[in-house]
Amino acid sequence: MPDLANTPAVVLSGIRKSYGEHEVLHGVSLTANEGDVISILGSSGSGKSTLLRCINMLEVPNAGSVSIHGETIALDQKPGQQPRARDNAQVNRLRAKAGMVFQSFNLWSHLTILENLIEAPVHVLKRDRKDAIAEAETLLARVGIAEKRHAYPAHLSGGQQQRAAIARALAMHPSVMLFDEPTSALDPELVGEVLKVMRDLAAEGRTMLIVTHEMGFARDVSTRTVFLHNGVIEEEGPPSLVFRNPRSDRFRQFISRDEREAR
Amino acid sequence: MLIDFPFLWESFTALLKGIPLTLQLTALSVVTGGVLAVLLALMRVSNKWWLDLPAQFYVFVFRGTPLLVQIYIIYYGISQFPELRQSWVWPFLRQAYWCAALALALNTAAYSAEIIRGGLLSVPAGQIEAARATGMSGFLLMRRIIFPQALRQMLPGYSNEIILMVKSTALASTVTLMEVTGIAAKLISQSYRPIELFICAGAIYLALNFIVARLFAALEYALSPERRPAPVSAADKPEKARA
Repeated sequence: MPDLANTPAVVLSGIRKSYGEHEVLHGVSLTANEGDVISILGSSGSGKSTLLRCINMLEVPNAGSVSIHGETIALDQKPGQQPRARDNAQVNRLRAKAGMVFQSFNLWSHLTILENLIEAPVHVLKRDRKDAIAEAETLLARVGIAEKRHAYPAHLSGGQQQRAAIARALAMHPSVMLFDEPTSALDPELVGEVLKVMRDLAAEGRTMLIVTHEMGFARDVSTRTVFLHNGVIEEEGPPSLVFRNPRSDRFRQFISRDEREAR
Repeated sequence: MLIDFPFLWESFTALLKGIPLTLQLTALSVVTGGVLAVLLALMRVSNKWWLDLPAQFYVFVFRGTPLLVQIYIIYYGISQFPELRQSWVWPFLRQAYWCAALALALNTAAYSAEIIRGGLLSVPAGQIEAARATGMSGFLLMRRIIFPQALRQMLPGYSNEIILMVKSTALASTVTLMEVTGIAAKLISQSYRPIELFICAGAIYLALNFIVARLFAALEYALSPERRPAPVSAADKPEKARA
Protein backbone atom coordinates (compact mmCIF):
# COMPACT_ATOMS: atom_id res chain seq x y z
CA MET A 1 0.00 0.00 0.00
CA PRO A 2 1.56 3.29 -1.08
CA ASP A 3 1.72 6.17 1.35
CA LEU A 4 -1.42 8.07 0.32
CA ALA A 5 -0.40 11.40 1.77
CA ASN A 6 2.70 11.62 -0.38
CA THR A 7 1.53 9.74 -3.45
CA PRO A 8 0.29 12.04 -6.22
CA ALA A 9 -3.43 11.70 -6.96
CA VAL A 10 -2.85 11.44 -10.70
CA VAL A 11 0.34 10.95 -12.67
CA LEU A 12 0.21 11.14 -16.46
CA SER A 13 3.49 10.47 -18.16
CA GLY A 14 4.34 10.65 -21.84
CA ILE A 15 0.70 10.42 -22.96
CA ARG A 16 0.30 10.04 -26.72
CA LYS A 17 -3.08 9.66 -28.38
CA SER A 18 -3.83 9.39 -32.08
CA TYR A 19 -6.97 8.93 -34.13
CA GLY A 20 -5.87 7.11 -37.26
CA GLU A 21 -2.90 9.04 -38.66
CA HIS A 22 -3.64 12.13 -36.65
CA GLU A 23 -1.83 12.46 -33.33
CA VAL A 24 -3.73 14.67 -30.86
CA LEU A 25 -1.43 14.39 -27.85
CA HIS A 26 2.34 14.31 -28.40
CA GLY A 27 3.63 12.93 -25.13
CA VAL A 28 2.04 14.94 -22.31
CA SER A 29 3.13 14.54 -18.70
CA LEU A 30 1.23 16.00 -15.81
CA THR A 31 1.12 15.33 -12.07
CA ALA A 32 -1.76 16.27 -9.81
CA ASN A 33 -0.92 16.16 -6.13
CA GLU A 34 -3.45 15.71 -3.36
CA GLY A 35 -5.48 18.92 -3.06
CA ASP A 36 -4.37 20.35 -6.40
CA VAL A 37 -6.92 22.22 -8.46
CA ILE A 38 -5.56 22.16 -11.99
CA SER A 39 -7.17 24.19 -14.76
CA ILE A 40 -6.42 22.87 -18.22
CA LEU A 41 -6.78 25.62 -20.80
CA GLY A 42 -6.38 25.62 -24.55
CA SER A 43 -8.21 26.44 -27.75
CA SER A 44 -10.48 23.82 -29.30
CA GLY A 45 -8.52 20.98 -30.86
CA SER A 46 -5.63 21.45 -28.46
CA GLY A 47 -6.27 18.00 -26.96
CA LYS A 48 -7.30 19.18 -23.50
CA SER A 49 -10.49 17.09 -23.28
CA THR A 50 -8.72 14.07 -24.71
CA LEU A 51 -6.04 14.43 -22.03
CA LEU A 52 -8.66 14.52 -19.28
CA ARG A 53 -10.46 11.50 -20.72
CA CYS A 54 -7.21 9.54 -20.73
CA ILE A 55 -7.17 9.71 -16.92
CA ASN A 56 -10.20 7.42 -16.56
CA MET A 57 -9.61 5.52 -19.80
CA LEU A 58 -12.60 6.91 -21.67
CA GLU A 59 -9.77 7.33 -24.18
CA VAL A 60 -6.97 4.79 -24.01
CA PRO A 61 -3.60 6.41 -24.77
CA ASN A 62 -1.46 4.92 -27.55
CA ALA A 63 1.64 5.44 -25.45
CA GLY A 64 2.47 6.61 -21.95
CA SER A 65 1.13 5.63 -18.59
CA VAL A 66 -1.55 6.70 -16.12
CA SER A 67 -1.35 6.20 -12.37
CA ILE A 68 -4.09 7.00 -9.91
CA HIS A 69 -2.95 7.12 -6.27
CA GLY A 70 0.16 5.16 -7.14
CA GLU A 71 -1.69 2.41 -9.02
CA THR A 72 -0.63 2.25 -12.65
CA ILE A 73 -3.31 1.19 -15.13
CA ALA A 74 -2.18 -1.88 -17.07
CA LEU A 75 -2.34 -1.12 -20.81
CA ASP A 76 -1.70 -3.05 -24.00
CA GLN A 77 -0.05 -0.59 -26.34
CA LYS A 78 1.23 -2.51 -29.34
CA PRO A 79 2.27 -0.54 -32.41
CA GLY A 80 -0.30 -0.75 -35.21
CA GLN A 81 -3.07 -1.93 -32.88
CA GLN A 82 -5.83 -0.16 -31.00
CA PRO A 83 -4.50 0.38 -27.47
CA ARG A 84 -6.62 -1.16 -24.74
CA ALA A 85 -6.72 -1.64 -21.00
CA ARG A 86 -5.55 -5.08 -19.96
CA ASP A 87 -7.76 -5.48 -16.90
CA ASN A 88 -11.34 -4.23 -17.12
CA ALA A 89 -11.91 -4.85 -13.42
CA GLN A 90 -8.98 -2.57 -12.57
CA VAL A 91 -10.28 0.15 -14.90
CA ASN A 92 -13.76 -0.04 -13.35
CA ARG A 93 -12.33 0.13 -9.84
CA LEU A 94 -10.23 3.20 -10.66
CA ARG A 95 -13.06 4.86 -12.59
CA ALA A 96 -15.24 4.58 -9.48
CA LYS A 97 -12.63 6.68 -7.64
CA ALA A 98 -12.48 9.41 -10.29
CA GLY A 99 -15.73 11.36 -10.42
CA MET A 100 -16.37 12.86 -13.82
CA VAL A 101 -18.55 15.80 -14.81
CA PHE A 102 -19.34 16.26 -18.50
CA GLN A 103 -20.03 19.26 -20.69
CA SER A 104 -23.52 17.97 -21.57
CA PHE A 105 -24.31 16.72 -18.01
CA ASN A 106 -25.19 13.19 -19.20
CA LEU A 107 -27.64 12.53 -16.40
CA TRP A 108 -29.54 9.28 -16.98
CA SER A 109 -32.80 10.52 -18.42
CA HIS A 110 -34.97 7.57 -17.28
CA LEU A 111 -34.07 8.05 -13.61
CA THR A 112 -35.08 10.80 -11.20
CA ILE A 113 -32.37 13.07 -9.81
CA LEU A 114 -32.27 11.08 -6.58
CA GLU A 115 -32.09 7.80 -8.51
CA ASN A 116 -29.27 9.27 -10.60
CA LEU A 117 -27.33 9.92 -7.40
CA ILE A 118 -27.77 6.50 -5.81
CA GLU A 119 -27.44 4.43 -9.00
CA ALA A 120 -23.68 3.88 -9.00
CA PRO A 121 -23.19 3.87 -5.20
CA VAL A 122 -25.78 1.09 -4.87
CA HIS A 123 -24.96 -0.96 -7.97
CA VAL A 124 -21.22 -0.41 -8.37
CA LEU A 125 -20.05 0.15 -4.81
CA LYS A 126 -22.80 -2.09 -3.34
CA ARG A 127 -23.60 0.47 -0.69
CA ASP A 128 -26.72 0.13 1.39
CA ARG A 129 -29.63 1.75 -0.41
CA LYS A 130 -30.95 3.62 2.63
CA ASP A 131 -27.54 5.08 3.40
CA ALA A 132 -27.09 6.04 -0.24
CA ILE A 133 -30.44 7.84 -0.27
CA ALA A 134 -29.68 9.70 2.95
CA GLU A 135 -26.34 10.81 1.59
CA ALA A 136 -27.80 11.76 -1.79
CA GLU A 137 -30.34 14.01 -0.06
CA THR A 138 -27.53 15.76 1.79
CA LEU A 139 -25.55 16.24 -1.42
CA LEU A 140 -28.56 17.62 -3.28
CA ALA A 141 -29.19 20.08 -0.46
CA ARG A 142 -25.56 21.10 -0.66
CA VAL A 143 -25.72 21.92 -4.37
CA GLY A 144 -29.05 23.67 -3.77
CA ILE A 145 -31.53 21.41 -5.57
CA ALA A 146 -32.95 19.30 -2.74
CA GLU A 147 -36.51 20.02 -3.86
CA LYS A 148 -35.75 18.54 -7.31
CA ARG A 149 -34.93 15.07 -6.02
CA HIS A 150 -38.01 13.42 -7.52
CA ALA A 151 -37.89 15.35 -10.81
CA TYR A 152 -36.44 13.91 -13.99
CA PRO A 153 -33.39 15.51 -15.61
CA ALA A 154 -35.48 16.82 -18.52
CA HIS A 155 -37.43 18.99 -16.06
CA LEU A 156 -34.35 20.81 -14.77
CA SER A 157 -32.50 23.82 -16.16
CA GLY A 158 -28.99 23.30 -17.47
CA GLY A 159 -27.43 24.75 -14.36
CA GLN A 160 -29.53 22.51 -12.12
CA GLN A 161 -28.66 19.48 -14.24
CA GLN A 162 -24.97 20.21 -13.99
CA ARG A 163 -25.22 20.68 -10.23
CA ALA A 164 -27.03 17.34 -10.05
CA ALA A 165 -24.26 15.79 -12.16
CA ILE A 166 -21.64 17.15 -9.73
CA ALA A 167 -23.63 15.70 -6.82
CA ARG A 168 -23.82 12.38 -8.68
CA ALA A 169 -20.04 12.35 -9.00
CA LEU A 170 -19.63 13.27 -5.30
CA ALA A 171 -21.93 10.44 -4.23
CA MET A 172 -19.18 8.01 -5.26
CA HIS A 173 -16.77 9.54 -2.70
CA PRO A 174 -14.25 10.23 -5.44
CA SER A 175 -10.62 10.85 -4.56
CA VAL A 176 -10.21 13.01 -7.65
CA MET A 177 -12.75 14.98 -9.68
CA LEU A 178 -12.51 15.43 -13.45
CA PHE A 179 -14.47 18.27 -15.06
CA ASP A 180 -14.75 18.34 -18.85
CA GLU A 181 -15.85 21.88 -19.80
CA PRO A 182 -18.57 21.83 -17.14
CA THR A 183 -19.99 25.26 -18.01
CA SER A 184 -19.59 25.32 -21.80
CA ALA A 185 -23.11 24.08 -22.54
CA LEU A 186 -24.78 26.52 -20.15
CA ASP A 187 -26.53 29.80 -20.77
CA PRO A 188 -24.33 32.63 -19.48
CA GLU A 189 -26.66 33.41 -16.56
CA LEU A 190 -26.45 29.80 -15.33
CA VAL A 191 -22.65 29.54 -15.35
CA GLY A 192 -22.26 31.23 -11.98
CA GLU A 193 -24.30 28.72 -9.96
CA VAL A 194 -22.18 25.83 -11.25
CA LEU A 195 -18.89 27.66 -10.71
CA LYS A 196 -19.95 28.45 -7.16
CA VAL A 197 -20.39 24.75 -6.39
CA MET A 198 -16.97 24.06 -7.92
CA ARG A 199 -15.39 26.86 -5.90
CA ASP A 200 -16.77 25.31 -2.70
CA LEU A 201 -15.32 21.93 -3.66
CA ALA A 202 -11.93 23.49 -4.32
CA ALA A 203 -12.09 25.31 -1.00
CA GLU A 204 -12.54 22.06 0.90
CA GLY A 205 -9.31 20.76 -0.57
CA ARG A 206 -10.55 18.35 -3.19
CA THR A 207 -8.24 17.24 -5.96
CA MET A 208 -9.70 18.56 -9.18
CA LEU A 209 -8.68 18.64 -12.85
CA ILE A 210 -10.80 21.03 -14.84
CA VAL A 211 -10.86 21.52 -18.58
CA THR A 212 -12.41 24.96 -18.92
CA HIS A 213 -12.76 28.19 -20.84
CA GLU A 214 -13.54 30.15 -17.69
CA MET A 215 -10.38 32.25 -17.35
CA GLY A 216 -11.59 33.99 -14.23
CA PHE A 217 -12.16 30.66 -12.53
CA ALA A 218 -8.77 29.34 -13.68
CA ARG A 219 -7.08 32.46 -12.37
CA ASP A 220 -8.86 32.72 -9.01
CA VAL A 221 -9.55 29.16 -7.95
CA SER A 222 -6.94 26.84 -9.41
CA THR A 223 -3.63 26.10 -7.74
CA ARG A 224 -2.06 25.40 -11.11
CA THR A 225 -2.78 26.31 -14.70
CA VAL A 226 -1.84 24.15 -17.67
CA PHE A 227 -2.04 25.54 -21.19
CA LEU A 228 -2.22 22.96 -23.93
CA HIS A 229 -1.54 23.81 -27.57
CA ASN A 230 -1.50 21.31 -30.45
CA GLY A 231 -1.09 18.39 -28.09
CA VAL A 232 1.80 19.67 -25.99
CA ILE A 233 1.92 21.64 -22.73
CA GLU A 234 3.02 25.15 -23.65
CA GLU A 235 2.74 26.75 -20.27
CA GLU A 236 2.36 25.44 -16.76
CA GLY A 237 2.50 27.04 -13.34
CA PRO A 238 0.57 28.75 -10.59
CA PRO A 239 -2.02 31.12 -12.10
CA SER A 240 -0.62 34.12 -10.23
CA LEU A 241 2.60 33.60 -12.14
CA VAL A 242 1.55 32.45 -15.58
CA PHE A 243 -1.27 34.94 -16.09
CA ARG A 244 0.90 37.89 -15.09
CA ASN A 245 4.03 36.73 -16.74
CA PRO A 246 3.45 34.17 -19.50
CA ARG A 247 6.58 32.62 -20.94
CA SER A 248 4.88 31.27 -24.03
CA ASP A 249 3.74 33.64 -26.78
CA ARG A 250 0.79 31.46 -27.59
CA PHE A 251 -0.50 31.58 -24.04
CA ARG A 252 -0.03 35.36 -24.04
CA GLN A 253 -2.11 35.55 -27.24
CA PHE A 254 -4.66 33.17 -25.76
CA ILE A 255 -5.25 35.26 -22.63
CA SER A 256 -5.18 38.58 -24.45
CA ARG A 257 -7.78 37.33 -26.90
CA ASP A 258 -9.91 36.34 -23.94
CA GLU A 259 -9.50 39.75 -22.35
CA ARG A 260 -10.48 41.46 -25.59
CA GLU A 261 -13.60 39.31 -25.74
CA ALA A 262 -14.39 40.09 -22.14
CA ARG A 263 -14.39 43.81 -22.93
CA MET B 1 -76.58 -8.02 -51.81
CA LEU B 2 -78.42 -9.12 -48.71
CA ILE B 3 -76.64 -9.85 -45.50
CA ASP B 4 -78.10 -12.72 -43.58
CA PHE B 5 -77.95 -11.42 -40.00
CA PRO B 6 -78.84 -14.61 -38.14
CA PHE B 7 -76.12 -16.35 -40.19
CA LEU B 8 -73.73 -13.48 -39.39
CA TRP B 9 -74.25 -14.07 -35.67
CA GLU B 10 -73.90 -17.80 -36.08
CA SER B 11 -70.61 -17.29 -37.97
CA PHE B 12 -69.38 -14.93 -35.33
CA THR B 13 -69.91 -17.38 -32.49
CA ALA B 14 -68.31 -20.15 -34.57
CA LEU B 15 -65.24 -18.01 -35.29
CA LEU B 16 -64.85 -17.03 -31.63
CA LYS B 17 -63.73 -20.62 -31.02
CA GLY B 18 -60.67 -19.91 -33.16
CA ILE B 19 -59.45 -17.07 -30.92
CA PRO B 20 -57.60 -19.24 -28.36
CA LEU B 21 -55.47 -20.80 -31.13
CA THR B 22 -54.83 -17.42 -32.75
CA LEU B 23 -53.70 -16.04 -29.38
CA GLN B 24 -51.62 -19.12 -28.61
CA LEU B 25 -49.75 -18.91 -31.90
CA THR B 26 -49.18 -15.20 -31.37
CA ALA B 27 -47.98 -15.56 -27.79
CA LEU B 28 -45.75 -18.54 -28.51
CA SER B 29 -44.07 -16.92 -31.49
CA VAL B 30 -43.75 -13.49 -29.87
CA VAL B 31 -42.12 -14.91 -26.74
CA THR B 32 -39.67 -17.31 -28.41
CA GLY B 33 -39.10 -14.93 -31.32
CA GLY B 34 -38.51 -12.15 -28.82
CA VAL B 35 -35.78 -14.10 -27.02
CA LEU B 36 -34.11 -14.89 -30.34
CA ALA B 37 -34.50 -11.23 -31.38
CA VAL B 38 -32.64 -10.00 -28.27
CA LEU B 39 -29.76 -12.38 -29.07
CA LEU B 40 -29.70 -11.27 -32.71
CA ALA B 41 -29.80 -7.58 -31.75
CA LEU B 42 -26.93 -8.03 -29.29
CA MET B 43 -24.96 -9.81 -32.04
CA ARG B 44 -25.67 -6.89 -34.38
CA VAL B 45 -24.38 -4.26 -31.94
CA SER B 46 -21.46 -6.37 -30.65
CA ASN B 47 -18.88 -4.70 -32.97
CA LYS B 48 -17.55 -8.20 -33.71
CA TRP B 49 -17.90 -9.11 -37.37
CA TRP B 50 -18.14 -12.84 -36.68
CA LEU B 51 -21.25 -12.20 -34.55
CA ASP B 52 -22.65 -9.33 -36.58
CA LEU B 53 -22.44 -11.05 -39.99
CA PRO B 54 -24.46 -14.20 -39.16
CA ALA B 55 -27.13 -12.02 -37.52
CA GLN B 56 -27.23 -9.76 -40.57
CA PHE B 57 -27.58 -12.80 -42.82
CA TYR B 58 -30.41 -14.16 -40.66
CA VAL B 59 -32.31 -10.88 -40.82
CA PHE B 60 -31.68 -10.67 -44.58
CA VAL B 61 -33.15 -14.13 -45.20
CA PHE B 62 -36.17 -14.00 -42.90
CA ARG B 63 -37.10 -10.43 -43.71
CA GLY B 64 -36.56 -10.90 -47.42
CA THR B 65 -38.77 -13.96 -48.00
CA PRO B 66 -42.55 -14.25 -47.61
CA LEU B 67 -43.80 -15.69 -44.36
CA LEU B 68 -46.06 -18.03 -46.34
CA VAL B 69 -43.02 -19.47 -48.11
CA GLN B 70 -41.28 -19.93 -44.76
CA ILE B 71 -44.29 -21.77 -43.37
CA TYR B 72 -44.43 -24.05 -46.43
CA ILE B 73 -40.69 -24.78 -46.30
CA ILE B 74 -40.91 -25.82 -42.67
CA TYR B 75 -44.21 -27.71 -42.96
CA TYR B 76 -43.62 -29.51 -46.27
CA GLY B 77 -39.83 -29.36 -46.40
CA ILE B 78 -38.69 -30.81 -43.11
CA SER B 79 -40.34 -34.19 -43.65
CA GLN B 80 -38.15 -34.63 -46.76
CA PHE B 81 -35.05 -35.14 -44.60
CA PRO B 82 -34.89 -38.64 -43.07
CA GLU B 83 -32.25 -37.40 -40.60
CA LEU B 84 -34.74 -34.90 -39.20
CA ARG B 85 -37.46 -37.53 -39.04
CA GLN B 86 -35.19 -39.59 -36.80
CA SER B 87 -34.25 -36.70 -34.51
CA TRP B 88 -35.90 -35.27 -31.41
CA VAL B 89 -37.47 -32.40 -33.36
CA TRP B 90 -39.75 -34.72 -35.35
CA PRO B 91 -42.40 -35.27 -32.67
CA PHE B 92 -42.86 -31.50 -32.75
CA LEU B 93 -42.38 -30.66 -36.39
CA ARG B 94 -44.64 -33.33 -37.76
CA GLN B 95 -47.48 -31.29 -36.25
CA ALA B 96 -48.73 -28.30 -38.21
CA TYR B 97 -49.10 -26.36 -34.95
CA TRP B 98 -45.39 -26.40 -34.13
CA CYS B 99 -44.40 -25.78 -37.75
CA ALA B 100 -46.54 -22.65 -37.91
CA ALA B 101 -45.35 -21.47 -34.49
CA LEU B 102 -41.72 -22.00 -35.52
CA ALA B 103 -42.10 -20.13 -38.79
CA LEU B 104 -43.88 -17.23 -37.07
CA ALA B 105 -41.22 -17.09 -34.33
CA LEU B 106 -38.29 -17.15 -36.76
CA ASN B 107 -39.96 -14.48 -38.86
CA THR B 108 -40.81 -12.07 -36.05
CA ALA B 109 -37.31 -12.55 -34.59
CA ALA B 110 -35.81 -10.98 -37.73
CA TYR B 111 -38.03 -7.88 -37.59
CA SER B 112 -37.89 -7.52 -33.81
CA ALA B 113 -34.09 -7.80 -33.83
CA GLU B 114 -33.93 -4.67 -35.99
CA ILE B 115 -36.43 -2.86 -33.75
CA ILE B 116 -34.40 -3.75 -30.65
CA ARG B 117 -31.16 -2.75 -32.37
CA GLY B 118 -32.70 0.62 -33.19
CA GLY B 119 -33.69 1.01 -29.54
CA LEU B 120 -30.22 0.13 -28.29
CA LEU B 121 -28.58 2.58 -30.70
CA SER B 122 -30.96 5.35 -29.63
CA VAL B 123 -29.54 5.52 -26.08
CA PRO B 124 -27.42 8.70 -25.96
CA ALA B 125 -23.70 7.88 -26.05
CA GLY B 126 -23.03 10.47 -23.35
CA GLN B 127 -25.25 8.65 -20.85
CA ILE B 128 -23.46 5.37 -21.55
CA GLU B 129 -20.14 7.15 -21.12
CA ALA B 130 -21.30 8.65 -17.82
CA ALA B 131 -22.19 5.15 -16.62
CA ARG B 132 -18.79 3.80 -17.67
CA ALA B 133 -17.12 6.68 -15.86
CA THR B 134 -18.67 5.47 -12.59
CA GLY B 135 -17.28 1.97 -13.13
CA MET B 136 -20.28 0.31 -14.76
CA SER B 137 -19.75 -2.08 -17.63
CA GLY B 138 -21.05 -5.23 -19.27
CA PHE B 139 -24.32 -6.69 -18.05
CA LEU B 140 -24.81 -4.12 -15.27
CA LEU B 141 -24.56 -1.25 -17.76
CA MET B 142 -26.97 -3.04 -20.11
CA ARG B 143 -29.49 -3.82 -17.39
CA ARG B 144 -29.49 -0.52 -15.53
CA ILE B 145 -28.86 2.13 -18.18
CA ILE B 146 -29.15 0.86 -21.75
CA PHE B 147 -32.08 -1.63 -21.73
CA PRO B 148 -34.58 0.52 -19.78
CA GLN B 149 -34.10 3.39 -22.20
CA ALA B 150 -33.97 1.18 -25.30
CA LEU B 151 -37.23 -0.48 -24.24
CA ARG B 152 -39.11 2.83 -24.10
CA GLN B 153 -37.69 3.85 -27.43
CA MET B 154 -38.64 0.66 -29.23
CA LEU B 155 -42.21 0.29 -27.88
CA PRO B 156 -44.01 2.09 -30.73
CA GLY B 157 -42.20 0.06 -33.38
CA TYR B 158 -42.61 -3.14 -31.44
CA SER B 159 -46.37 -2.66 -30.97
CA ASN B 160 -46.56 -2.52 -34.78
CA GLU B 161 -44.73 -5.82 -34.98
CA ILE B 162 -47.09 -7.51 -32.47
CA ILE B 163 -50.10 -6.28 -34.44
CA LEU B 164 -48.57 -7.70 -37.61
CA MET B 165 -48.02 -11.01 -35.79
CA VAL B 166 -51.65 -11.25 -34.68
CA LYS B 167 -52.63 -10.86 -38.33
CA SER B 168 -49.88 -13.17 -39.60
CA THR B 169 -51.29 -16.10 -37.64
CA ALA B 170 -54.00 -16.15 -40.34
CA LEU B 171 -51.41 -17.80 -42.59
CA ALA B 172 -51.36 -20.80 -40.25
CA SER B 173 -54.72 -21.70 -41.78
CA THR B 174 -52.85 -22.69 -44.96
CA VAL B 175 -51.30 -25.60 -43.09
CA THR B 176 -54.63 -26.95 -41.74
CA LEU B 177 -54.74 -25.02 -38.45
CA MET B 178 -58.21 -24.04 -37.27
CA GLU B 179 -57.57 -20.61 -35.91
CA VAL B 180 -59.97 -17.75 -36.76
CA THR B 181 -59.18 -17.64 -40.48
CA GLY B 182 -58.98 -21.44 -40.73
CA ILE B 183 -62.49 -21.82 -39.30
CA ALA B 184 -63.75 -19.06 -41.59
CA ALA B 185 -62.31 -20.81 -44.66
CA LYS B 186 -63.88 -24.10 -43.61
CA LEU B 187 -67.31 -22.57 -43.04
CA ILE B 188 -67.13 -20.70 -46.36
CA SER B 189 -66.49 -23.94 -48.22
CA GLN B 190 -69.62 -25.35 -46.54
CA SER B 191 -71.92 -22.33 -46.81
CA TYR B 192 -70.61 -20.38 -49.84
CA ARG B 193 -71.15 -17.17 -47.85
CA PRO B 194 -67.71 -15.49 -47.83
CA ILE B 195 -68.93 -11.97 -47.04
CA GLU B 196 -70.49 -12.69 -43.66
CA LEU B 197 -67.65 -14.92 -42.59
CA PHE B 198 -64.83 -12.61 -43.64
CA ILE B 199 -66.59 -9.61 -42.06
CA CYS B 200 -66.71 -11.57 -38.80
CA ALA B 201 -63.11 -12.70 -39.09
CA GLY B 202 -61.99 -9.14 -39.85
CA ALA B 203 -63.94 -7.80 -36.88
CA ILE B 204 -62.28 -10.31 -34.56
CA TYR B 205 -58.75 -9.35 -35.69
CA LEU B 206 -59.70 -5.69 -35.36
CA ALA B 207 -60.89 -6.23 -31.77
CA LEU B 208 -57.77 -8.21 -30.84
CA ASN B 209 -55.48 -5.56 -32.28
CA PHE B 210 -57.40 -2.79 -30.60
CA ILE B 211 -56.58 -4.47 -27.29
CA VAL B 212 -52.93 -4.91 -28.28
CA ALA B 213 -52.64 -1.25 -29.26
CA ARG B 214 -54.25 -0.09 -25.99
CA LEU B 215 -51.96 -2.33 -23.94
CA PHE B 216 -48.89 -0.88 -25.61
CA ALA B 217 -50.15 2.67 -25.21
CA ALA B 218 -50.64 2.02 -21.48
CA LEU B 219 -47.20 0.42 -21.20
CA GLU B 220 -45.59 3.35 -22.99
CA TYR B 221 -47.27 5.78 -20.64
CA ALA B 222 -46.25 3.83 -17.56
CA LEU B 223 -42.63 3.55 -18.69
CA SER B 224 -42.01 7.15 -19.64
CA PRO B 225 -42.68 9.35 -16.58
CA GLU B 226 -39.78 11.56 -17.66
CA ARG B 227 -41.63 12.60 -20.80
CA ARG B 228 -44.63 13.88 -18.91
CA PRO B 229 -44.74 17.37 -17.48
CA ALA B 230 -43.13 17.68 -14.06
CA PRO B 231 -45.52 17.02 -11.19
CA VAL B 232 -46.10 20.08 -9.04
CA SER B 233 -46.91 19.20 -5.46
CA ALA B 234 -46.65 21.12 -2.22
CA ALA B 235 -43.33 19.43 -1.47
CA ASP B 236 -41.86 20.22 -4.88
CA LYS B 237 -42.32 23.94 -5.22
CA PRO B 238 -39.97 25.57 -7.71
CA GLU B 239 -36.96 27.35 -6.26
CA LYS B 240 -38.07 30.83 -7.21
CA ALA B 241 -41.32 30.55 -5.30
CA ARG B 242 -39.34 30.07 -2.12
CA ALA B 243 -36.76 32.79 -2.55
